[in-house]
Amino acid sequence: MTTLVASRPSADDALKPPKRRPIKSSYPTWFYIPAGVFYLVLFAVPTFASLYFSLTRWTLFDTEFIGLDNFVQFFSEPMLLRGFTNTFIYGFLTSGAKVVLGLLLGVFLTSQIAARGYLRSVVFFPVLVSTIGVGITFKVLMDPFDGLINSGLALFGITGPGWLTDPSLALFSIALVDVWKGVGIATLIYIAGIAAIPPEYYEAARVDGANGWQRFWRITVPLVRPATTTVVLLSLIGGLRAFDLIWAMTRGGPGFTSDVIGSVIYKQYQAGFYGLSTAGNVVLFVVVTAIIVPIAIWFNKREVER
Amino acid sequence: MSMRLGARKGSVVLAAAALVAGMAACSSGGGSGGDQVEITFLTQNGEPGATAAQELVDAFMAANEDVVVNLETQPPGAEGDNLMKTKLATGEMADVFHYNSGSLLQALNPDQNLVDLSDQEWADSLVEDMRTVVSTDNGMYGAPWGTTQAGAVMYNKPIYEELGLEVPTDWAGFMANNQAILDAGTAAPIIQTYGDTWTSQLFVLADFANVTAQDPDWAAEYTAHNRFYADQPALQAFENQQEAFEAGYFNEDFASALYDDGIRMLATGEGAHYPILTGAGAAVAQNYPDNLQDIGVFALPAQDAADTRLTVWLPNAMYIPNTTEGEELEAAQRFIAFALSEEGCRIQNEVLVPSGPFTTDLCELPEDAAPTLTDVQTYFDAGLTSPALEFLSPIKGPSLEQITVEVGSGIRPAADGAALYDVDVEKQAQQLGLEGW
Repeated sequence: MTTLVASRPSADDALKPPKRRPIKSSYPTWFYIPAGVFYLVLFAVPTFASLYFSLTRWTLFDTEFIGLDNFVQFFSEPMLLRGFTNTFIYGFLTSGAKVVLGLLLGVFLTSQIAARGYLRSVVFFPVLVSTIGVGITFKVLMDPFDGLINSGLALFGITGPGWLTDPSLALFSIALVDVWKGVGIATLIYIAGIAAIPPEYYEAARVDGANGWQRFWRITVPLVRPATTTVVLLSLIGGLRAFDLIWAMTRGGPGFTSDVIGSVIYKQYQAGFYGLSTAGNVVLFVVVTAIIVPIAIWFNKREVER
Repeated sequence: MSMRLGARKGSVVLAAAALVAGMAACSSGGGSGGDQVEITFLTQNGEPGATAAQELVDAFMAANEDVVVNLETQPPGAEGDNLMKTKLATGEMADVFHYNSGSLLQALNPDQNLVDLSDQEWADSLVEDMRTVVSTDNGMYGAPWGTTQAGAVMYNKPIYEELGLEVPTDWAGFMANNQAILDAGTAAPIIQTYGDTWTSQLFVLADFANVTAQDPDWAAEYTAHNRFYADQPALQAFENQQEAFEAGYFNEDFASALYDDGIRMLATGEGAHYPILTGAGAAVAQNYPDNLQDIGVFALPAQDAADTRLTVWLPNAMYIPNTTEGEELEAAQRFIAFALSEEGCRIQNEVLVPSGPFTTDLCELPEDAAPTLTDVQTYFDAGLTSPALEFLSPIKGPSLEQITVEVGSGIRPAADGAALYDVDVEKQAQQLGLEGW
C-alpha cells in the first residue's frame, strides 16, 4: 500500500515533458475538475502525507513528530545493507537476463517458423499469471526434497541443491523465476522492434556478403535500441522494487539472505513501525528515481546522437 | 515476530491470502433484524482454534436464541497483528475478538480501544498472572480462552523406551541423548521446521524460564534497557541452538520443513525431540490421535540442572472493542461469559486439548489427561515454572525468527545473532515510548 503511494511519482517524473510552454486550454476549466480532484485525493495528498508521516513515530492510533530520526534509524538497520546489495543484484541481474533472452527470443519468434503465433503466446503466457500464484507454485517445485525439480534431477543421479533454502542460492533462484515470468513482455517489445526494421537493410547486407552473425550484430542490435531502452527501464524499475515474488517464495529468507529493500520495508510495516516503513518508502522512491532518471537520460541522448 | 498460542500455520498460502484479501476482509456486524441482536466474533483461521470457535458460536446461539453470532476468521501471526491494528484504528473491529495477551495486547493500546471488563462476574476468577497480562493500569480487558501451555521439548516416548534414555535435566544430558539417538540411526534427534519461521524461536524463547532462574530481575531490567541478549545468561540460548545445529542433530529437511511436518515427525517417531509450544498436542490429537499417548514433555534444559525451569505461555483472550455499544455490547458480554461457562469449558477441554492448567477457577481439567498435560502439570506442582518473556516485558523484537533461523542454519554465529536482536528490540521499545531507550 505504502509502496505504491511512495513509488508512484517516479514514473510520472520520468515521463514529464522536458519543457512546458503556456498553451491555450481547449477545454473549459470545469472539464478538468473530476480528474484534478481524483489526482489530488489519490496521488498528491498521499504523497505529501507520506512525507509527513516519515517524520513521525506513528502507531496508527497517534503520531509523534520525531524529525529525521526514522531516516537515521532506517539507515542504521543492520539488514539494510544486505537489502540494498540484494536489490541491486536482483534488479540488474533480472534486467540483464530479460534483455538478452528477450532479444534472442524476439529474433527467434520473428523468423519463419511453424506455429509462430502459438509460440509467441506461449512465451507471453507466464506474464498473465498472478505473481503470488507463480511464487507459491515454484516454491513447491523447488522444494529440496519433494519438489518436482529435484525429483527430476534425481532421475539422472544428480542431487539438486536447496534452491530456496541454501542461503547462497535463494536470491538467484527467485531471480530465475522472475526472468521466466517477465521475459514475455521483453520478447513482445523486441518482436515489435524487430518487425519495424525495414527488410531492405538485411537484403543489402546479404548482397554485400554479411553472414548471420554480422546481420544480427550490425543491423538488428543497433536498430532495436529503442526497444532495449524500454525493456531496461521497465525491468529495472520492476526489479528494484521487487517484492511480491520474493515474499511469496522465501519471505526474504532463509534468515535475511534474500531480503530486498521492499521486503525490509514490508516487515517494518508488519511489525507496526508505520513511520519507519514510510521513511523507507521515501528512501526507496529517491533511490529508484536516482537510478532510473540518469539511465533514461543517457539512453535518450544516445538515441538522439545516433 | 512473537509466538502464538494457537497452532500458527505460517504457510505461504496464508501469506498470499493476507496479501490478496487482507484489505478487503473486514466488516462488522451490528445491524439487527427484528428483535434479534447480531454480533460478530473474530478469531484466527488456524486449527484447532477455528473449530473451537465454531463450536462455541453454535453452542451459544443454541442457548441464546435472541442473538446471532457471525464468525469471522483472519490469518494469525504478523499478518494478523497488522489487521488488528488497522481494524481498531478505523473502527471496523468485530464486536468480540480473540487475540494474544501480554506484549501483543499492549501494542493494541487497550486503554484507548477496548472495553474494560473488570466489572464482569467472571473477572474475579482469573489467576493473578492472567489478570496481569490482560490488564493495564486503567482496566482489565480480556477473558482467557484456552489453557496455559509450555514452550518446551516435546519428545517421542517410544524412542526413549527403546534406547533406554532418561529425561534430561541439564544441557549436557540432553546432548548425550541426542548423540545416542543419532548413533541409533532411526530418527532425527532434534526436529526443526524453518519453513514456518516462527518455530525457530523456541530454543531462545523456551529458555527464558532458565534465565529467570539465574537472574530473577532479568525481565524488569531488560525493559529498563539494562540487560542484553548479547550477555550471559540469555546468550546461552543462542549458543545452544548453534551447538545443536553444528552437531548435526537436526532433521535433514530442517530448512524447508513446516510445522505440520514437525508434528508428523514427532508423532510417528521420525524425530525424537521437538522444541515447540505444547499446544502442538492439540494438533497431534487431531491428526494422529493414536499417537497422543506417545508424546511427552520436558523443560528445555539449562546448563545447570538446578536452573532448569518450564517456560509458560498464558492463553490468548477475548476482547471487546469500544466501538461495540448498546445491545451489541450486552450480547458481546454475554457471549464472553458463555465462553467461561460449563459449556464453554467443555469445548476448551475437548477441542483445544489442554496442555497446561486453566487460568480461571471456572474451568476444570479433564480426568483422562494426555501425557502432554500431566508432564506439564508436574512442573507446576513442583513450582518449577516461570512465564515467557513476552508476558513479563512489553518488548518483543520483530526479527527474532529470522535471526534464529540464521543461527540455527549456520548462517550467523550465536553471539552475532544475539547482538543483532538487541538492536532489533530498540525499535519496538522506542515505538512503545518506553523510558531509557
